[in-house]
Amino acid sequence: MSEQTSQSETYLKPLPQKDALSAPFWDALHAHELKIQRCADCSRYAFPPVSHCPGCLSTQLAWTAVSGKGKVQAAVTVDHAPMPAFKADVPYNVALVDLAEGVRVWTNVIGCAPAEVVCDMPVEAVFEDVTPDHTLLKFRPAR
Amino acid sequence: MSKRAALSGKYAIVGVSELPVGKFPDQTTLGLHVEATRLALLDAGLKNTDIDGIISHQPRFDPMRDYTLLIAKASGITPTYMTDISSSGEAPVFMAQQAMLAIEAGLCETVLCVHARKGATREGPANVEIREGYDEYFTPYGIAGGIITHAFMASRHMHEFGTTRAQLGAVSVAARKHALLNPNAMMKKPMTIADHAASRPIAQPLHLFDCSLPADGGGAYIVMRIERARAMKNTPVVILGTGKHHVHANLANAPSLTTLGGKVSSQQAFEMAGLKPADMDFAQFYDCFSITTIGAIEDYGFCAKGEGGPFVENGRIEIGGELPVNTHGGLLSQGHIEGMMHVTEAIRQLRHEVEAARQVKNAQLGVVSGHGGHLSSHASLILGRDTR
Ligand SMILES: [Zn+2]
Repeated sequence: MSEQTSQSETYLKPLPQKDALSAPFWDALHAHELKIQRCADCSRYAFPPVSHCPGCLSTQLAWTAVSGKGKVQAAVTVDHAPMPAFKADVPYNVALVDLAEGVRVWTNVIGCAPAEVVCDMPVEAVFEDVTPDHTLLKFRPAR
Repeated sequence: MSKRAALSGKYAIVGVSELPVGKFPDQTTLGLHVEATRLALLDAGLKNTDIDGIISHQPRFDPMRDYTLLIAKASGITPTYMTDISSSGEAPVFMAQQAMLAIEAGLCETVLCVHARKGATREGPANVEIREGYDEYFTPYGIAGGIITHAFMASRHMHEFGTTRAQLGAVSVAARKHALLNPNAMMKKPMTIADHAASRPIAQPLHLFDCSLPADGGGAYIVMRIERARAMKNTPVVILGTGKHHVHANLANAPSLTTLGGKVSSQQAFEMAGLKPADMDFAQFYDCFSITTIGAIEDYGFCAKGEGGPFVENGRIEIGGELPVNTHGGLLSQGHIEGMMHVTEAIRQLRHEVEAARQVKNAQLGVVSGHGGHLSSHASLILGRDTR
């Protein structure tokens, strides 16, 4: 068994599930880049990943590097973990972050205490390698 | 008159049932549906063979294909109109609109709307539950379930409008007071604002006493044309207004976390009925969490957006107050049957048949909200006591 496999197996939290639609998103994160689909026909960004632009139904969607800058739309401190694998982490922050490009992601704001994360706070993307094969998009207070 | 308004008052509810709300490990979900059906037929004075339309809501736990057909066949019903609704907590409210339309279209004459669930004891093969959708984008971050979804709503509402924990508490306390007047409610102990404040945090800003109670139970109601309804044994409860609206499907695509689809769905219902919020004698607002009620009070036009917090204070939403809300105890203190009990309570209030202590005096008109999914599914229903 390779070291990589054993590390992935001991990580008990849900991992990103790559499919045909989402693989470019997760692969970009693994390369420590944030890419979001952008419609070539109407310029809208879309997230979560889509097969068709929800605005104009175009299939011409280009994975586009974005700034990673955003603002907290809503912030919650989890004290009672909704899944057993997160029990050891409480209290932890969960947040909705609105990216400057106009899409919103589910995430954790790290690098400060959960209670310090407040609505409209400026944040920036950080890439957390949770296993050798999987990277999550998290945010920290903007510097 | 709009096409929608022309339907106002043409259809009525003639039978209603409520199962005990609690924990019933010995019952099956399908069996609860059939029992709710039997009791609604009994209440209406109808036989199973009188029903030719049936609407149910795909259960979240232990879902099965063609669920409505399973209920129909287990209940001895051979429908000419049948549909499965899968829109979570708005379904029991939405059913009334579907029933009305099916009869209006000539597809059937007598429609059973039924919903039951085993939210407390569950059953069936382990962990068979309808997937939320987009789970893979939030579960890696420790995000799952309705509590965090509504905690996001509360976070934003408190930030934008200064809504306080004590105002959330006023919603939970009112629900508890009403539950204590309802023999069919799970919660039997009083709650104070201090108890609410001291309850343990779950997903802050929400604490335990902001959350609804997982429960087993169910209910049903039967819809027919008003002319036929007037020949039945109960006072008809008339469908005056219905509405439905969806703005987003997941929180990433929600244009607002504080103004939801209920704003438009309630406008549709009030316009159809030719009524306004001030005309209502009570409201049954879907209350999966305390914040949901505050948002609905605003979206339904009982106060301006952002003023829901102050609105719920000082007993205004308690029985005897300006707008009694969730007179049965709601999901917060009666138990979570996904809003079916909000509809059945509205019907029974308008029939003037609930226990005297929680009967809204001379109740003539009431509004019911349905709310579900990721703040995403909304249906509205305005009912009235038949005045003829
Ligand atoms: Zn487009």
